[in-house]
Amino acid sequence: MSKSRKSSIENVMPWVTTLVLLVLWQIVSTALGSASLMLPAPTEIARSIIDHYDVIWPNALQTLYTTGLGFAFAVVFGMLFGLAIGASPLIYRGFYPLLIAFNAVPKVALVPIFVLWFGIGAVPAMVTAFSLAVFPIIVNVATGLSTIDPEMEDVMRSLGAKRLDILTKIGIPRMTPYLFASLKISITLAFVGSVLSETIASNEGIGFLMQAASSRFDVPLVFAGLIVIAAMAVLAYQACVLIEGRFTRWATRGK
Amino acid sequence: MLSISERTMGAFAYAEGGSAPPGPVATPSTEQPYVDLRNVSLVYGDEADQMLAIDRLDLKVREGEFVAVVGPSGCGKSTLMKLVTGLLPPDSGAVFIQGKKANGPVAGVGMAFQNSTLLPWRSTLSNVMLPFELVQPHRKRFHRHADEYVEKAKRLLDTVGLLEFADKFPWELSGGMQQRANVCRALVHEPKLLMLDEPFGALDAFTREELWLMTQNLWLKQRFSTILVTHDLREAVFLADRVIVLSKRPGRIILERQVDIPRPRALSCTFESLFSEIVHDIREKIVEARG
Repeated sequence: MSKSRKSSIENVMPWVTTLVLLVLWQIVSTALGSASLMLPAPTEIARSIIDHYDVIWPNALQTLYTTGLGFAFAVVFGMLFGLAIGASPLIYRGFYPLLIAFNAVPKVALVPIFVLWFGIGAVPAMVTAFSLAVFPIIVNVATGLSTIDPEMEDVMRSLGAKRLDILTKIGIPRMTPYLFASLKISITLAFVGSVLSETIASNEGIGFLMQAASSRFDVPLVFAGLIVIAAMAVLAYQACVLIEGRFTRWATRGK
Repeated sequence: MLSISERTMGAFAYAEGGSAPPGPVATPSTEQPYVDLRNVSLVYGDEADQMLAIDRLDLKVREGEFVAVVGPSGCGKSTLMKLVTGLLPPDSGAVFIQGKKANGPVAGVGMAFQNSTLLPWRSTLSNVMLPFELVQPHRKRFHRHADEYVEKAKRLLDTVGLLEFADKFPWELSGGMQQRANVCRALVHEPKLLMLDEPFGALDAFTREELWLMTQNLWLKQRFSTILVTHDLREAVFLADRVIVLSKRPGRIILERQVDIPRPRALSCTFESLFSEIVHDIREKIVEARG
């Protein structure tokens, strides 16, 4: 098989599997007959998306907005905090147990507290997205920093490098592949966070839409919401991959 | 077409602003050693289990002298490197560089290790320029005179035959090329002292010998003091003025051997009787030391 042919097959593979899955789904839900009320066929979901376009669109934008802001804060804070605990063993010692404890807390339990603090709406969604997305970023940035080759550090120090030099010339470039790896995980987690919060306490966003649809027993619309979130997450993930490829060509050896 | 040595010469001709040009036969000054380790000991580990790595070691390296340190593995050779460069303070005794007691990392040192510690996110050229971004007085001039420094680094890369690879990343180079770039980085800021920690250990025999010649050429022109730590006795004898054999841990000097083979040495000299005689002497001592 020629090389170009192989790579073109690789490129269509994701579409093929998605299509196969949809076809199977269609067959199963048709076979279920009246029970398909609980598992609407893809065609029915598609119709629901088109019919309720005017409702889905603004709510999707709302979710994208809260997720994006929560994620952006998570990136900034996660990077700064990760740099701090990666660069200083003292800060690492002090904060790491707390970080793990915080990460272990179920975020569902936090949403009511956020609502008490910030009221119903966009802010709790944003904060929940942030709280889920920030942890992988902190851990990865800190790992990237703390695994600097000691010989490299010796070379730098013998050239008279101060700690700040070592951080900017080795630490930060070395950490970038770790950072981008964590962004891919964090962006999907941010979606989970914002939708979770919207489902519990909000009157806008895809989470709220799904909650409302399910109480009206509009199952196709619930699934429509799921599909929209999934699509947004895949797009955001791909954006992260693109940025990653641009910044860390050296780490993938240009492959 | 210039010969290798002429090209090497050119790379360093602009070097020392003001002071005498580093001629090929600059006589090393004898009055004051460049590196002077006096009765130095170093202990590793915490109080519970301590280990003496270096035991009351005296070592002098004259200015412009090439000294090789050999010994069985685990004899504290790498520790010695860190002591000389001031990266590790001794537990007793003192390290003097140019008559001044070293406190903290010593300025004006170039280091090269076995694993080329080139930064994978920088091109070869930009890796070689790293010292200019850190070492004074280049550091404060670097941004305004970037072109001049690029020129300087390129000239050095040219002398080791790497000019056409200047824009390649380290992982696009072969092991030998990486090591050449590594030595270039250690030398580009014209340090007075070069520390080599088994720099050619991971290379195949032919590449290694090629790099011996390169190192000798650079040294003959620039005449920095050098301490080479190595496992390879032939490498030590080929390159050094003096070979020092360390004992098993704790490291002490058990043999010092002057190598009086005239320079520049050609690879063919490694097959001569004087060369093999010296290598044999040293090997015997090491076998004894492992004993």
